[in-house]
Amino acid sequence: MNNIVTEMSGAASVQNKPAVNKAPIFTAKNVDVYYGAKQALDKINLDIPRNKVTSLIGPSGCGKSTFLRCLNRMNDLVDICRVEGDIQLEGQDIYAPEVDVVALRQHVGMVFQKPNPFPKSIYDNIAYGPRIHGLTSSKSELDDIVEWSLQRAGLWKEVSDRLQEPGTGLSGGQQQRLCIARAIAVRPEVILMDEPCSALDPIATATIEELIDELREKFTIVIVTHSMQQAARVSQRTAFFHLGNLVETGATKTLFTSPEDERTQNYITGRIG
Amino acid sequence: MSPENAATAAKLNITAGNRSKTVEMIVTGVLIACSLVAILVTVGIVFSLLFESLRFFERVPMSEFLFGTKWSPQTALRADQVAADGAFGAVPLITGTLLISFIAMCVATPLGLFSAIYLSEYASKRTRDWVKPLLEILAGIPTVVYGFFAALVVAPMLRSTGESVGLNVSSESALAAGLIMGVMIIPLISSLSDDVINAVPQSLRDASLGLGSTDSETIRNVILPAAIPGIAGSLLLAASRAIGETMIVVMAAGLAANLTANPLEAVTTITAQIVALLTGDQEFDSAKTLSAFALGLLLFIVTLILNVISLKIVNKYREQYD
Amino acid sequence: MTSMLTTPTRLRKSREASETRFKWFGRGAIALSLAFLVFMVGSIILQGKGALTTSEIAVTVDLSADNIDPNDIEATSFDSLMKKSLRETFPEVTSRGDKRKLYGLLSVDLGFELRDQIIADPSLLGGPQKLWFTASDDADLVLSGTVDRNLDEENRRMSDLEISWLETLEQSDSTNREFNTKFFTNGDSREPELAGILSALMGSILTLSVCFFVSFPIAILAAIYLEEFAPKNRLSQFIEVNINNLAAVPSIVFGLLGLAMLLNTFGLPRSTPLVGGLVLSLMTLPTIIIAARASLRAVPPSIREAALGMGASPVQATFHHVAPLALPGILTGTIVGMAQALGETAPLLMIGMVAFIADVPSSIVEPAAALPVQIFLWADASERAFVEKTSAAIIVLLVFLVLMNLMAIYLRKKFEKRF
Repeated sequence: MNNIVTEMSGAASVQNKPAVNKAPIFTAKNVDVYYGAKQALDKINLDIPRNKVTSLIGPSGCGKSTFLRCLNRMNDLVDICRVEGDIQLEGQDIYAPEVDVVALRQHVGMVFQKPNPFPKSIYDNIAYGPRIHGLTSSKSELDDIVEWSLQRAGLWKEVSDRLQEPGTGLSGGQQQRLCIARAIAVRPEVILMDEPCSALDPIATATIEELIDELREKFTIVIVTHSMQQAARVSQRTAFFHLGNLVETGATKTLFTSPEDERTQNYITGRIG
Repeated sequence: MSPENAATAAKLNITAGNRSKTVEMIVTGVLIACSLVAILVTVGIVFSLLFESLRFFERVPMSEFLFGTKWSPQTALRADQVAADGAFGAVPLITGTLLISFIAMCVATPLGLFSAIYLSEYASKRTRDWVKPLLEILAGIPTVVYGFFAALVVAPMLRSTGESVGLNVSSESALAAGLIMGVMIIPLISSLSDDVINAVPQSLRDASLGLGSTDSETIRNVILPAAIPGIAGSLLLAASRAIGETMIVVMAAGLAANLTANPLEAVTTITAQIVALLTGDQEFDSAKTLSAFALGLLLFIVTLILNVISLKIVNKYREQYD
Repeated sequence: MTSMLTTPTRLRKSREASETRFKWFGRGAIALSLAFLVFMVGSIILQGKGALTTSEIAVTVDLSADNIDPNDIEATSFDSLMKKSLRETFPEVTSRGDKRKLYGLLSVDLGFELRDQIIADPSLLGGPQKLWFTASDDADLVLSGTVDRNLDEENRRMSDLEISWLETLEQSDSTNREFNTKFFTNGDSREPELAGILSALMGSILTLSVCFFVSFPIAILAAIYLEEFAPKNRLSQFIEVNINNLAAVPSIVFGLLGLAMLLNTFGLPRSTPLVGGLVLSLMTLPTIIIAARASLRAVPPSIREAALGMGASPVQATFHHVAPLALPGILTGTIVGMAQALGETAPLLMIGMVAFIADVPSSIVEPAAALPVQIFLWADASERAFVEKTSAAIIVLLVFLVLMNLMAIYLRKKFEKRF
């Protein structure tokens, strides 16, 4: 079993194949999710392509956030939640008993709906992940990671002179970019974003959207959004969820211009929502 | 008046209802009076302690009371005896109180904190529903029971353990009293800290776990730092409880006013001395009796300061995350 | 790279080890605390068990007219009759010292016990009768096996001679163990075998009644004012701070208040349930107020709005609608407060409820003891047999506390409403 895993991951790994890897990074097959007796997701089949932005859209309660949280097993935190089916990251079943959730989350990071910086300094917020994962061996390396992450998150210019100030003192948009910087500091393969802009004003939202577009070249991004405009602006692929079903998935442009399913049509034209 | 008449004649009266204004005022007055009882009790405590203490300080200077290192309040058999009023230096009592409270906190802090952490972060709901009430039982057991247990079981046990390793443990040691007092305040620390830890927003846990930290890393690096003020408040409250605890020390720590930091020796505390001074027959104007009130005042002031600080901290902490 | 998901690195292994360690610290802390609870309660129950039974010794007493005049029973010297009967049971005892030891097998009340049995059943009179008497505390400890008979003579209170007497009695079926009713029907006594908890129990009940009738109405009204009517001004804030602080003031300070104010200034009678109850009520006041406010706060504003919307005055809305809904919660808090008061000892010591009280109090202005104070007094007594009695009294106290708390839990469960 281990052999197969290593082989498969070796074959799929980006580093081993510098050429563009067309294989999806995540494949979900027949995923069912239950909260107690209530079924929240029904037979979801979805591939997440690498180095692209995939957006999950749909009316509230449709299961899009639930699916997102399956991808790094944040659902484990909910006692009554049960996940069935098969989700593979680089060909490896992430719900297999031998999988280490902690290691998984190092590879699949997450940005939450509400900015949630730790009540620590800006520097320590970013440095926390690399520290626990032992990514650095010296202070200067750590400094470099912090700077690189803040640069990538477009926050460096604004905070470089006050790294020791508490992260909670930043504005909402800055806090969210801090959370993104914190997530990329551990060099994940995938970043999950759960409605990252819903608590932000339009200007801050625009900044984050630009950032998402830039991050695409290094990371795979899955974003849940309730705004169809946002999905259209930032993502290359879109999946539409409705009442626990994955109704339709496809290239963002196609999905928004000529949807195949009637429900998708109704949603994007505002008849259901 | 016919119904139609009533409808037309009755001008809508919205300035005075048919209820009695006087009754409402009386009721409100009674309510206010009842809530003023709380203030009255505080005032009563302050005045009775202050009044008797002032009478004590007429006889014994305050500096001697606060800085004297010898405590032997025996009144003389004959009134004309030399040094008829004994010595009233409260320092050995204060150090004794601090020593026992310190031992108690050393026992209760790790046990209470780890219990709270386990219950709030690891335990399943079912375990929590079982274990929490069981721990609370420790807080519900009367202190006289702890005192009995400390004197009858724990002290002899420590004594014989001490003998077997060649240590001389007094039969009324600070250690026995402190250990048992520590057990008594475990639930105080665990339930207060539990509240505090639960108040840390879930989003911070999500953030840390989402970065791939383990549960314990999340607790140590994110939750505890965020909860520190609240935990400090609960520890202060527990310390104040330990300082004011009476029956355990009366029964297990004894009355020997030794100035020592050795937990194996007998020490006495402020509360134990108050009990010793005021039980049995007493004349109300001897310095011996009055000194109990001075001790009471000291105890009241110290615990009040601790309580005010801890309540402030805890409230401020709550507001931060509300 | 993703193989990292399953094959842990060295760092990951050590992180996992520290995770496991941390978890075990938590489990250990809880286990240790609960183990202590079990150890303490268990050892007290084991010790107190002995006090629930008591030993009796049968002595044949000649109740013929030679010894007792049937027309004037009271004129008899019951004590000397009993002593004579004991000497006849063991005719070999001659020296004065040994005789005294022989009498010591029975409780000092032996004469009274004989008289009470005769008065209860005059038909006993006329000839020799085998009657049962309470054994002394030392004899009881030997008979119950609490004191080891094979111990060195110097290490026990009973001599070999006394033990040989007891063994003679045992062989002639003249000893018996039965449920100790005296423990529940007698007041305190200097003699452990006669000591009971009734006086202390009555004292506690009277004290708690005073405490309840004073603190409950005041607390509930204060809570209603603070929660429903008080304007958010300095005064209500001050009251609130006051209440929170009072809840954390050491109990002995309340005792000092009682001593200085109630006894010395107002001249209320010392050592009585009246004063004890008043002091305890001041202590429980904050507990009940805090609980009552919490349950008033739990009544949703929609109920208030509904009542006010129908034209009820604020006072009417509160007393007709809000307070009744909050009552179960308030009662729960009150019971918890009362349970605390029941176990409280230190303030009662301050107001003199530590006197030796053998009589069962019948009113709140008679001197009385209280259960926890009785425990304190017995724990201090030197006789070995009082250790058992203390533990048994603790068991009784704990039983009452458990019952009260169960009642509180029952109330909470029964009326727990999700508004």
